Amino acid sequence: MYEIRLHSRGGQGGVTAAKLIAQAAFLDGKYATATPLYGAERRGAPVVSFIRIDDKPIRIYSQIRKPDLVIVLDTSIMQTVDVLAGLKADGKVLVNSQHPMELGSHKVYHTDLTGIALSLDLVLAGNPILNTPLLGAVAKAGIISRESAQKAISSVFADDRNTKAAVKAFEDMEP
Amino acid sequence: MLTFSTGNKAVATAVKDAKTVVVAAYPITPQTEVVEETANNVASGALKARYIPVESEHSSMGACIGAAATGVRTFTATSSHGLVYMCEQIHMSAAARLPIVMANANRALGPGWNIGAEHTDSMSMRDSGWLQAYVSTVQEAYDTTLMAFRIAENENVLLPVMINLDGFLLTHITQPMDTIDDLGDYLPPTNTPHAIDINNPGGYGTLTPPTEHFKFRHDIQRGMKDSVAVIEDAQADFAKRFGRTYGMYEEYLCDDADVVIVAAGTLAKESEVAADILRKEGIKAGVLRIRWLRPFPDLTAALKGKDVVVIDRDYSFGLGGILVNEIRTKALEAFIGKDGKANLPFSVIAGLGGQEVTYDDIADFVRNRKSGGELWFGVTE
Repeated sequence: MYEIRLHSRGGQGGVTAAKLIAQAAFLDGKYATATPLYGAERRGAPVVSFIRIDDKPIRIYSQIRKPDLVIVLDTSIMQTVDVLAGLKADGKVLVNSQHPMELGSHKVYHTDLTGIALSLDLVLAGNPILNTPLLGAVAKAGIISRESAQKAISSVFADDRNTKAAVKAFEDMEP
Repeated sequence: MLTFSTGNKAVATAVKDAKTVVVAAYPITPQTEVVEETANNVASGALKARYIPVESEHSSMGACIGAAATGVRTFTATSSHGLVYMCEQIHMSAAARLPIVMANANRALGPGWNIGAEHTDSMSMRDSGWLQAYVSTVQEAYDTTLMAFRIAENENVLLPVMINLDGFLLTHITQPMDTIDDLGDYLPPTNTPHAIDINNPGGYGTLTPPTEHFKFRHDIQRGMKDSVAVIEDAQADFAKRFGRTYGMYEEYLCDDADVVIVAAGTLAKESEVAADILRKEGIKAGVLRIRWLRPFPDLTAALKGKDVVVIDRDYSFGLGGILVNEIRTKALEAFIGKDGKANLPFSVIAGLGGQEVTYDDIADFVRNRKSGGELWFGVTE
């Protein structure tokens, strides 16, 4: 089983991102679940979502304690939340950042999802849309296929700037 | 069609596929998506139903009672405080023998304010005459909602059915779901024998003397008793037509088990992972998942000679866990050995208010079991 914990802020689309990643894995022929962790969150507050991917049906409903991958959509969260908590020794991190980051001995992917969204004017209620470009980055990291990422996005969003953003993130991110 | 759905959307999709005629509902967290999705389906024409917006849950069940009394397929959904707010109408709808189907997102009752999963809301309605199912996956939520209409509307039952989903844990998770493109005649048209007929006027809910009242109550128990065969038929026919099998309860590795974990909802699925872990340690564990709480299944044969650990995500203050007490009552003989000595279930109270309970925690409950004991998980006296 491959387990992903996704950190974002309320309003950044983290919950939808988790659903899209799981849906893409499902389209790849895997079993997958996506769960938001609901508390008293509101716009701007730190939010956590979980994605599980496996070859057999998933029977676990509790939170992910030892993720294989941690995704951080907003690095300012790292000032208040220990995003690396429980991350496996060989676990990886994917951050939305213009610059590379060093986080212990973990492999860290970085990509400027915010910049990609803004360059395509992909903005909703004043916030850049990060979840659809994120799918391109997750595909580049080898978690889901590029084709399924595109299919998952177009099944939810009609505007083709979303798939364009994913392609751009896929091309921009260093493997 | 293979899709990817939340638990809430699974219920709404089944309500659409069942060609429900009247929906009256009031949104409440964590059930809101059922109402939103159903309203969308009515607005788009995907579901040709009358959608009645109401100002409260008491009114939503009132509107459902009125609709079902005319003999049409009727649905509503609620949760927690909404459910207890409609309490009077819950009893009324069952006593009026109206086959209403309702989804309940199990959620704690306040105060203190908490919106996490807990079964006390629906279990506090267990004496009302409603049938109650507890589901554990998105697929099962869809399938059971469809079955619920057939069971409730059966002339030998004519009682309302409540489908319970763990709030957030199941209502908000996204999982693969296979929907049924053509139900065929799995759901026959409603045929309510006491439906209001303007050409044949009659009295409803009139003053009833004790002898008649007594007969009516006995009739509800007869309907509840007969519902077992109707549920089994609805499940068997479902398996035959659509390939997915369900029982009154579900067993996982129980045959050769020395210890059986009993639970309802998502905790029972999580318990299967605990059983796998325990078996690797040499503890022969199994899981019995309660699917129907009313009518309550006879578990005597299933639990005979086993150590039993019951996890309750609910509580009856002054008595104990609700499930464990139902099991002690209905399967009492299972717990008395040949030597006459009792080996009573170990009662674990866990997961109230959405408390995090992992498969590792559940494995610990089994390792530390004490016949007849009660553990409040995480509470130190």
